[in-house]
Amino acid sequence: MLNYLARRLFTMILTLLAVSALIFIIIQLPPGDYLSSMMAELQAQGETVAGDKIEYLRHQYGLDRPMIEQYGLWILGLVRGDFGYSFEYNRPVAEVVGDRLFLTVLLNFATVLFIYAVSFPIGIYSATHQYSWGDHGLTFLGLIGLATPNFLLALILMYLANVLFGTSIGTLMDERYINAPWSIDKALSVLAHLWVPVLVIGTSGTAGMIRRLRANLLDELQKQYVVTGRAKGLSPSRLLTKYPLRMALNPFIADIGTLLPNVVSGSVIVSAVMSLQTTGPMLLRALQSQDMYLAGSFLMFLGVLTVIGMFVSDVLLAILDPRIRIEGRSMR
Amino acid sequence: MNEDRLPHFVSDAPFEIETIERLTPEQERYFLASQWRLMWWRFRRHKVALAAAIILALAYGSILVTEFLAPYGLESRDTGFIYAPPQRIRLFHEGELIGPFVYGLKYRLNLETLQREYVIDRARVQPIRFLCLGDAYRLWGLIPGRTHLMCPAKGGTLFLLGTDRLGRDILSRIFYGARISLTVGLIGIAISFTLGITIGGAAGYFGGLVDSVVQRVIEILRSLPELPLWMALSAALPVTWSPILVYFAITIILGLLDWPGLARAVRSKLLALREEDFCTAAQLMGARPSRIIGRHLLPNFMSHLIASASLSIPTMILGETALSFLGLGLRPPVTSWGVLLTEAQNIEAVVLYPWLLLPMVPVIITVLAFNFFGDGLRDAADPYE
Repeated sequence: MLNYLARRLFTMILTLLAVSALIFIIIQLPPGDYLSSMMAELQAQGETVAGDKIEYLRHQYGLDRPMIEQYGLWILGLVRGDFGYSFEYNRPVAEVVGDRLFLTVLLNFATVLFIYAVSFPIGIYSATHQYSWGDHGLTFLGLIGLATPNFLLALILMYLANVLFGTSIGTLMDERYINAPWSIDKALSVLAHLWVPVLVIGTSGTAGMIRRLRANLLDELQKQYVVTGRAKGLSPSRLLTKYPLRMALNPFIADIGTLLPNVVSGSVIVSAVMSLQTTGPMLLRALQSQDMYLAGSFLMFLGVLTVIGMFVSDVLLAILDPRIRIEGRSMR
Repeated sequence: MNEDRLPHFVSDAPFEIETIERLTPEQERYFLASQWRLMWWRFRRHKVALAAAIILALAYGSILVTEFLAPYGLESRDTGFIYAPPQRIRLFHEGELIGPFVYGLKYRLNLETLQREYVIDRARVQPIRFLCLGDAYRLWGLIPGRTHLMCPAKGGTLFLLGTDRLGRDILSRIFYGARISLTVGLIGIAISFTLGITIGGAAGYFGGLVDSVVQRVIEILRSLPELPLWMALSAALPVTWSPILVYFAITIILGLLDWPGLARAVRSKLLALREEDFCTAAQLMGARPSRIIGRHLLPNFMSHLIASASLSIPTMILGETALSFLGLGLRPPVTSWGVLLTEAQNIEAVVLYPWLLLPMVPVIITVLAFNFFGDGLRDAADPYE
């Protein structure tokens, strides 16, 4: 187990390095650096900028050093929790984001939990009642859920809430809590608002998970040991839960690898549409103003979130499934 | 020498294999059918997939004659009808059948709320004209013409889906947007298909180091959330680029991150197929790897690849819509469904003028149709099962 853990940890670090390199390349893509765009903006406002001041700033931010060194500085900053400097607010990003990072993690975590909680019973029902009306209906609903783009769903829900109830559902907490320190009331307010984005982001993932669980369980239910068990007179519920269900549960953990990137993707755009207090809208604003360093930090944060999530899922899977511990890979 | 031999019966009747194993015409038709014909028969049984295919064919057919179908031109504005509500097509006026027509709209500024209010003016019957002369256009930017499928009555209006904040007809703009939104997926999938087959093919055929490197790259790309990367890449596009250049850049970005799934499928199939005898034979005859992969191996599972590709087109259409909606993708004057939806970003405007949300209807229909179509195609892809 320890051996497996070490190997998995090593690949995770390699992946993170590759991800950070990729993101750094993306940051460097737009012509010019952020200082030159800042200069252009200042000049547009009629201010003159002295040449030596530019040089000073360039040196200060390490922009005169070679690429590799800049990359190293950026990574070191990220590791130390230094997310860069926001020109929009003229403050370090760490101060601006506040609890947004935490709320992002909370939102994604809640969505994954929601997907599990909903798809588990529905998947079992669909598999045990194959080709019944309930199964057909749920499959159809699932297909629609899979195909409906979540940001459009968010728009529709916001419109309906506005028309029907006259309230805006486009936040993650009551307005009076937005810059308030954490308290029990604030936490409750967050929980009360959380379900809408969770529902919106979770639909497509839930639909996919139901499909997979249903297919897996159907495969498992046709196996000989199930027939034997039934012939020996096991009660249906025990026959279902004792082995087939446990086997079919594997993808619940293994599929985090495909689920998590989707959930994070969805949460970014849904947060931007509903202007939630997560990193999504900030990432969008940073990208729109081509504040690439800031955007890169957020991208890296999202990348770390998925990679660590996948690491955790692999470790969980290894605990559950001894074959993976021994052979070092999943048996799918 | 062998005297107690049993008498050996030989029939004198002329032997014809056809008399015994005569195939019924249906069987013959079935056994002689090509693979693609078998796939078509199987696909045909999927009623939902067939309906989806027809919808898609209509949608893609419409982009050939957009200018003719749209009642108004792309940039035609009617400043007297800003945020006008959709006009309903009616058949009966005061109990009398007079064919399809719309009632005129009367505009009034509500001085208390400062809202634009439109009232249906039942006195003004405006019959819709068909195959008529309307806004001048150039079909595909080349052939000049003025004929439209339908136009408003002379001096009247025909806003079947309402107008936007500049008084432009939303229905016409949806027609024009289809041209961009529907083709984004096609170009994107062409790029992703080429990349996926080349990279996955190399990994599966050569194995070894190439394979492990490709595998790692795929794993890394798949562990990243797609949309934020798309957003970052399209935000990195220089602002000075022309809209057409941005359009192509966006399609390339969409295709650039989509290939890992396809490459993985190609690789796993090739790993099994390269051990087959016909592959060894081709190698011994001195065929180049590219010929073996493209000519002997790929056709074995081309239908599967096409089916899975048709399932990733909707992802790209949605990607473009999302990017444009967020203001990171296409920008006006290029009109796509995502660009149209940017008008709906302001939820207060949507509450007052809900028809701004209508461009999402074609998006959802297209995406659903592609999903059903792809599902049917995937089931039909292996007709010998």
